[in-house]
Amino acid sequence: MSTLFRYSPLLLLAAGWELIVRLGLVSQLALPPLSHVVLAWVDMIRNGELVSNGVSSLWRASAGLALAVAVGAALGIAMAWWRAANAALGPLVEMFYPMPKSALIPVTVLWLGFGDGSKILLIFLGCMLPVTLGAFNGARGCDEALVWSARCLGASHVRVLWDVVVPSALPEILNGVRTALALAFILLVSSELIVAREGLGYLIGYLGANGTYDAMFAVVLTVAFLGFAADRAYQALVERLLLWRE
Amino acid sequence: MARVVRIDRNPKPHETQALHAIGWALARALPVVALALCWEALALSGAVTPFQLPRFSVVLARIWTDAVAGDLVLNAALTLYRALTGFAIAATFGIVLGIAMSRNLAVRWLFDPVVSVGFPMPKIAFLPVIMLWLGIYDLSKIAMVVLDAIFPVVTATLAAIAGVDRHLLWSARNMGASEHEVVWQIVLPAASPQIMTGLQVALPIALIVAVVAEMLMGGYGLGGAMVHASRFADSPGVFAGIVEIAIVGYVLIKAMMLVRRRLLIWHQESLAPSTV
Repeated sequence: MSTLFRYSPLLLLAAGWELIVRLGLVSQLALPPLSHVVLAWVDMIRNGELVSNGVSSLWRASAGLALAVAVGAALGIAMAWWRAANAALGPLVEMFYPMPKSALIPVTVLWLGFGDGSKILLIFLGCMLPVTLGAFNGARGCDEALVWSARCLGASHVRVLWDVVVPSALPEILNGVRTALALAFILLVSSELIVAREGLGYLIGYLGANGTYDAMFAVVLTVAFLGFAADRAYQALVERLLLWRE
Repeated sequence: MARVVRIDRNPKPHETQALHAIGWALARALPVVALALCWEALALSGAVTPFQLPRFSVVLARIWTDAVAGDLVLNAALTLYRALTGFAIAATFGIVLGIAMSRNLAVRWLFDPVVSVGFPMPKIAFLPVIMLWLGIYDLSKIAMVVLDAIFPVVTATLAAIAGVDRHLLWSARNMGASEHEVVWQIVLPAASPQIMTGLQVALPIALIVAVVAEMLMGGYGLGGAMVHASRFADSPGVFAGIVEIAIVGYVLIKAMMLVRRRLLIWHQESLAPSTV
């Protein structure tokens, strides 16, 4: 009940949308009524268009993100662990971090073409640095006394790295991954809007160019919902992973 | 107070200090130079075609040509104009909305679900809708920037105000401050470091979105120029665009950090050694 009350403004928004179009305050060309959008959504689910494009989009996003998390976390921890790695990579990270990653869209297309490869590479490159920075800050903030005690109890360097440094960097890494998750969706949709032959972003562009705006709105709302749902699911996962923390 | 601490920490004369700073800057530039050399070497080695990776010197020459012809300044100025206008609007409305939400229950009820659902959404998906409504010129590009940049500002403002020390509020009220005075003299200054962090998150987003919007809608601007170059298979143009956008982004972020240091000079954080 309290959830319903909390989210009721969204219902008001939906009702307002339907109403202003039905009353003719806004042209149906600019804003198709919500009911038509819902019908178009059901249609696209039925004929499989939304599902097949959605699957290919999600595959690109998850492959790119998984690569970014693996490589980014390893890099960040290495930078915190070895001074040499920090000296060599630090300035590069600092230089590339503020770079708007969307600038890489044309280049990844130049290298890997219109298909999955260019999107995965783009998402990997774009999402890696937030994870790296999180891992670096987390590992650097690791309590030195813990490292000393582990060494003192006879743990090897590798064991210390795996059993002490990585877990204590975990909260910050997970925080970086959350930023990366949001970025992955932004990069996915914008790269698919600009150049692609399949995927949700492509579908939005295609339907928009066709003038079938009710279907386009349906896909836009689907993408928005997927981004929202991914973030919520991720937060639930993080809570479970960090249960050991006080 | 700040001044005393600083003098104690740096007892060296100015010349040594300056030399030290220059040496440090050179050492930090080394990996960047190495990367540029690797790029040049890889392109020269013939392992990749000039189309896939033009030589770095060719790209630099291209940037120089653009700069001399005035295209670079025009495109960069347009991109910055769109990104910064959108950012300024998002910052103003975001902070105002954040304050309103934290002080008024009705406003909070109305906007809380919109913000919490809207924040994690990929707003860029709405770009075709914005294009449909507002056309393809500056208005729609700036609107897109505002739509994307406003959420981090609102959430940071909300969190910042929620974290203001209650004792400060109580003492101010106790001494007879009006609500207006409490907001302007207690809440906003106490919340400003975290609001600033929200702005620092929003600024790169504004630039990313401005570039994507230009790529999709075409026309002048750094993003538009890049897409134009890639349509004509002009790969030095594409790489020149990347370098230009990277430099603009870097300068913008550094400028924002300087602004933060200036504005928050009274705060403890400016006394601590900077970590980044």
